[in-house]
Amino acid sequence: MLAIMKREIRAYFTSPLGYVFLAAFCAFSGLFLWLNCLAVGSAVMGGTFQMMFFVNMILIPVLTMRTLADDKRQKTDQLTLTSPVSIFGIVAGKFLGAFAVFLCASLVMLIYGVFLSTATAQSGGQFDWGSFWGYYAGLILMGAVFISIGIFISSLTESQMISAVGSIGVNIVVCLFDIISSYISNETLAGIINSLSVFYKYSEFTQGIFSLKNAVFFLSIIIVFNFLTIRVIERRRYA
Amino acid sequence: MIEVKNLCKDYGSKKAVRNISFTAKDGEILGFLGPNGAGKSTTMNILTGYLSATSGQVLINGIDILEDPIEARKNIGYLPEIPPLYLDMTVDEYLNFVYDLKKCRLPKRSHLGEICELSKIEDVRKRVIRNLSKGYRQRVGLAQSLVGNPRVLVLDEPTVGLDPKQIIEIRSLIKKLGKNHTVILSSHILPEVQAVCDRITVIDNGQLIADDTAENLSRSLTSDRKLCVQIEGPVKEVKSLLSSISGAEAVYEGKTVEKNVVEYEIAAKEGYDIRREIFKRMSARNYPILLMRSSELTLEEIFLKLTTGDFYGENGGEK
Repeated sequence: MLAIMKREIRAYFTSPLGYVFLAAFCAFSGLFLWLNCLAVGSAVMGGTFQMMFFVNMILIPVLTMRTLADDKRQKTDQLTLTSPVSIFGIVAGKFLGAFAVFLCASLVMLIYGVFLSTATAQSGGQFDWGSFWGYYAGLILMGAVFISIGIFISSLTESQMISAVGSIGVNIVVCLFDIISSYISNETLAGIINSLSVFYKYSEFTQGIFSLKNAVFFLSIIIVFNFLTIRVIERRRYA
Repeated sequence: MIEVKNLCKDYGSKKAVRNISFTAKDGEILGFLGPNGAGKSTTMNILTGYLSATSGQVLINGIDILEDPIEARKNIGYLPEIPPLYLDMTVDEYLNFVYDLKKCRLPKRSHLGEICELSKIEDVRKRVIRNLSKGYRQRVGLAQSLVGNPRVLVLDEPTVGLDPKQIIEIRSLIKKLGKNHTVILSSHILPEVQAVCDRITVIDNGQLIADDTAENLSRSLTSDRKLCVQIEGPVKEVKSLLSSISGAEAVYEGKTVEKNVVEYEIAAKEGYDIRREIFKRMSARNYPILLMRSSELTLEEIFLKLTTGDFYGENGGEK
C-alpha cells in the first residue's frame, strides 16, 4: 500500500498533472479569497470555502482520472494485481496518493487563514479560528469524497478522458441533489434525496458548523465508493 | 512447484481454457507451446492470480492461489506478454518500486544490482523507461519478475522483441534460473522451447494435447523409421527399384522437386538400415541421389501434427 502511494505521489509530480492541479487550486482559491474577503474587507472565509466545492468538483477528477484507468491501459495492473498486495491495499494506495496531493493543495487555505488573522489582529479584530477549522475539515472531507468517486469511475474505464468527464458528471449529479429535491412534490421522497445532498452538508461546514453527523455522512460516502472500486477490480477477474 | 488441476476458463460462451492439468516441479523448465490464441496467456494469467479460473485449482508451492493469494503470490515472478512498466519512471525507480511492492527482505542494493547484472540492464538504470527500446523494456520486465528471488517464474514470451544475440543471452539466463527455480515459459517459437525447456506442453484451442519431453514427443509420434530421398530418374523405375529393397516396407512418391527429380519416402522395416542399399542400386543405374535424410519428426512437425492433425499437407505427399 505504501509502495503504491509513494509511486502515485511521485507520478503526480513527474508529470505536469500534480503541478497543474496545485496551480489551479491556488489560482481559484486566491480568486475567491479576493472576491469574498479582500475586496469586501471581510475576514470570514466561509464564502471562499463554499466556492472551492465547485472548483474541486471539476479539478479533482483531473487528479484521479489516470489512477486506475492508466494502469489498465498500460497493463501495469498485471504487476500490481499479481504482487503480494491485496486489492484493498492497491485502492487505498491510490486513494491516499491522490489525497496527499489534495492535502498539499489545501494547505494554501491555511496560509490565507494566517494572513487574514494577522490582518484582523492589526486592525484590532479577532480572527475566528474555530470556524476556520470547521471549514477546513469540511474541505478535506469533501475532497476525499470527490477523490473516492473519481477513483471509482477511473476503475470502470481504460480511457483517462472518459474517466475525467465521467467523474465530473457524477460529481455534478451528486451536488444537484438539492435542486432535484426541490422539484419533487412528494415530501418523503424529496426529504430522502435532500438528505443525500453533499453540497447541502458541505455548506453547513462552511457556515462554521462542524457536526459529527455530517462528517460521518462524508466518511460513509468515501467508504462506499472505495468499496465499490475494490468490487469492480475483483469482478474483472471473473469476467 | 506448480500444480494445475482441471483448469477451465470461459469468456462468456467462448471456452478459452478447457480442463488443463499439469505439474511443474522445482528445478524444471516447462515450455508452454501453442499457436496464437490457444490460451497460453490466459492460463498464465490464471496461474499468477491475475484472472480467476471458472473452475479448477492452481497450487503454487502447495498454496491455493485463490484461497491465500497474497501468500501464494510471494513465490511468483511474472513477466506478462506486455511488460508491466511505468513509462514515467527510471529503471532504478521502477525496480525500487517493485522491490517495495513485493515486500522484499533481501538487501536492496546488492539484490537489485545482481538482477540488473543478470538481465544486462546496468547501463540503462538511470534512464526513463519511456525512452528505452523494445528489447530493453523486455529485459526490464524480466528483471522485475526476478525481484525478490521468487521460486516460481512465469514468463510469457520472454524473448519477444529481442535481437538474436540477446535471445541467446536470455535463453541461457533462463536455463541458469531453471536450476533452482520452477520456470514456466510460453512461446510459439519452437526452437526456443526446444533449446530451453526440459518438458513441453502443447496447448491448442484451450486444450492440453501433449505433455512430455521433446525426445519422447518425437519418439511417440514417429511410429517407424522413415527415410526421405530425392532421386533423379524415371519415376516408375526408381520406385520399383526402391520397393525391391528387402528392408523397405513401403515406398511413397512425393512431390516433384525439379525436372526429373522426385522425392520419395521409404518406410523401413524394424532393424534394417537401407541407406547403403539405396545408394548401391541407384548408382548401378546411374540415378543420382540428390538428398537423403531420415524423416524423424522435428519439433516443428510434431507441433503441426498435434495442432492440425496433418503434417504431410505441406509436403504434398501421401500418408
